[in-house]
Amino acid sequence: MPRLLAQIAAVTAINVKSMPQRAWLSASTVVAVALVVAVLLSFLAMANGFEQTLRGTGSPEVAVLLRGGAGVEINSSISRDQVRLVEEAPGIARGADGRPLVSAELYVTVDGRKRAGGSKANVTLRGMGPEGAAIRPGFRIVGGRMAQPGSAELMVGQSLVREFAGFDLGSRVRIANADWTVVGVFDMGGSVFESELWADIATVQSLFRRTNVFQSIRVRLDAPDRLPALRAYLDADPRLKLDAKSEVAYFADQASSTITLIRFLGWPLAIAMAVGALAGALNTMYSAVAARAQEIATLRCLGFGGIPSFVGTLIESLLLALLGGLLGAAVTWAAFDGVTASTLGSGFTQVVFAFRLSPVLVFQGVVLALVVGLLGGLFPAWRAAHVPIVRAYGNG
Amino acid sequence: MTAPDLIRLSGVAKRFTKAGQGITIFDHLDMGIGRGDFVAIMGPSGSGKTTLLNLLGGIDQPTGGEIWFDGARIDRLPEGRLADWRANNVGFIFQFYNLMPTLTALRNVELPLLLTPLGRAERRQRAEIALRIVGLSDRLGHYPREMSGGQQQRVAIARAIVSDPKMLLCDEPTGDLDRGTADEILRMLQLLNREMGKTIVMVTHDPEAARYAGRILHLDKGRFVENELAGARVS
Ligand SMILES: Nc1ncnc2c1ncn2[C@@H]1O[C@H](COP(=O)(O)OP(=O)(O)O)[C@@H](O)[C@H]1O
Ligand SMILES: [Mg+2]
Repeated sequence: MPRLLAQIAAVTAINVKSMPQRAWLSASTVVAVALVVAVLLSFLAMANGFEQTLRGTGSPEVAVLLRGGAGVEINSSISRDQVRLVEEAPGIARGADGRPLVSAELYVTVDGRKRAGGSKANVTLRGMGPEGAAIRPGFRIVGGRMAQPGSAELMVGQSLVREFAGFDLGSRVRIANADWTVVGVFDMGGSVFESELWADIATVQSLFRRTNVFQSIRVRLDAPDRLPALRAYLDADPRLKLDAKSEVAYFADQASSTITLIRFLGWPLAIAMAVGALAGALNTMYSAVAARAQEIATLRCLGFGGIPSFVGTLIESLLLALLGGLLGAAVTWAAFDGVTASTLGSGFTQVVFAFRLSPVLVFQGVVLALVVGLLGGLFPAWRAAHVPIVRAYGNG
Repeated sequence: MTAPDLIRLSGVAKRFTKAGQGITIFDHLDMGIGRGDFVAIMGPSGSGKTTLLNLLGGIDQPTGGEIWFDGARIDRLPEGRLADWRANNVGFIFQFYNLMPTLTALRNVELPLLLTPLGRAERRQRAEIALRIVGLSDRLGHYPREMSGGQQQRVAIARAIVSDPKMLLCDEPTGDLDRGTADEILRMLQLLNREMGKTIVMVTHDPEAARYAGRILHLDKGRFVENELAGARVS
C-alpha cells in the first residue's frame, strides 16, 4: 500500500518538524530516557568489566584446592599435614630444583587508603611461599625484587600501587603492629592478583596468630588435562576432603555470583526509573497530540486515515526515546568506559577493574529506551487516531 | 429543476447529547443543491450552519434522514469509505486556513495528492498549477507564518482544488480577513465556480460576502428560508 506509506511519511515529517515547538518537553523526555539508560549501562558496564578482569585472572594450568564445600578461600581451612599430602599428588609440575610447584596460602584483609579521596578500603594481604610466584603464569617483577622468606617484606601488585596510597616501592608500611617494607612491584596482566599485597606465609601466619593454618593450595599442573588425576588422588585419600578446580573455573564461579548481584541491582533500578521516564514520555506525547488535534482533524478532512496519525505519533515517541538512549549510552561511554574502579570482590576485598561498555550492552540500553518510547507513544497514538474530525474547526 | 441535484438532503435530522441533555439542531431538513451552484448559507450563531457543512462534507453523520451526493447515498458509509469519498469529491476551506505550519505552501497543497497514485514529480507539478491559479507562483517555498492571512487562505484554496473535487465547502472563509482581502478571496471563489464549474457551499454571516453567491439560504431554528438574489451577483 504505497499510498499508506506516503501518508505515514508525510504525517511523520509534520510531527518531527513540529518537535521544536515543544522543545522543552521533548528535551525533558530525551533526558529522562538518557538517565535511565545511563544508569542501566553503568551497572552493566561494571558487571562486564568485573567479569573481564576475573576471567582474565585464571590460568588453566593452575588448580585451586579448598576444603570440601568451602567455595571461596575465606571459608576454607587446610592443615599443614594436608599440604604435605598434596605435594605427593600426581599431575603436579616440578620446579628447577625438583620440588613440586605447590603453594599453600593464607590471606587476611588489611586497611588501605585510596589515592583518590583518601577513603579507607580493605586490601588483601596474601601469605605464600616462594613457589607462590612460580606457579602463577604471567608473574613478572617490574620494580625491586622478590620478598625474602621469613622476612616482613611486601611485594605489591601494580593496580594496587596505582589505586592506593603508601605502597610505592621502598615505602614502609605498618601492618599488624609490625613494620613492613615494600621491596617489589609486580605485574600479572591486570588480573585480580595485581590488587594484592604478597608476603611470606610464615610471617603472615605468626603476625596474625594463624600458625599452621592455610586456606588454599594452588598447584601448577603438568598440563591442564592432568586435573582429573589430581582429583582422583584427593578422592582416594579420606584425609584429603578437598575440592580441586582449575583456576579459570574458580574465578568464573566467583565472578558469576558478583556479576549476577550487580546485574540484579542494575536492572530493577533502571526499570524503576524507566517507569518514571515512561510517565514523562506519556505526558509529552499526550501534549503533542493535543497540540496537533486540529492538524490531525484537518488531515482527516482531506481524506487521510487514522493509521498515519497513529504511526506518526508512535514514530515521534520512538525517535525521542532513541535519542535519549543514544545520549545515555554516549554519556556512559564518556564518563565511565575504561575508568578504573575497585569494588568488593571475592572475600570482601578490593578488586581493581575497569568499566567496560560493549556493543551488546549499548544494544540492551537502546532496547530499554525503545520500550519506554513504544509504551509512551502507544496510548497517545491511539488518541491521535481517534481525534474527532469536527475538531478541524477549532474548539468543537 | 432539469439536471438532478449534486446534493440532496431529505428528512435530515441531527441531534446532539450534551451533558446528558439532548439538543435538536435539525428535525427534518430537505434541500437540494444543483451542479455548479454557489450557495451561501446564513443564519444566527448556533443555528447549525457548521453542523450542516459537516454533514455535507461527510465528516459528521445525521441522526436521521438521507444525504445523497451525485446519485449515491453517503450518510451511511463507513469511515474508511467516507474518507476516500471526501478525498475525491470535497475541498474544505476553513476560517483559520488550517495549513500545516511546518510545511511550505507547496507541501501543504501537495498533501491531498498523497492520497492519489500520482508520482512525486506529478504531484509537485499539480500543486504548482493550483498555486498559480490562486496567484501564488512566487510563494511555493514560503511557510504559512511568512504569509498574510489572505495569502494563507489562497494556499488553502489551492489545497482544496488541487485534487479537482466537484464541491468546495467553505466555513466563514473570509471571517478572519479585512474587507479588501475578503473581496479578493470571494472573487476567487466566484471564478472557480464560473470558470471551473465548482459547486460551492459557503457559510457566512457577512451579507456582503453572501452577495457573491447565486443563492442564499437562511438557516433559522432548524428551517431554511430561501432568498434568490436574481441579478444581485457581484461581477
Ligand atoms: N459536537 C457537538 N456536540 C454537542 N453540541 C454541538 C456539537 N457541535 C455543535 N453543537 C451545538 O450545535 C449547535 C449548532 O452549532 P454550529 O453548527 O456550530 O452552529 P453555527 O455554525 O451556526 O454557529 C450549537 O448550539 C452547538 O453548541
Ligand atoms: Mg459555525
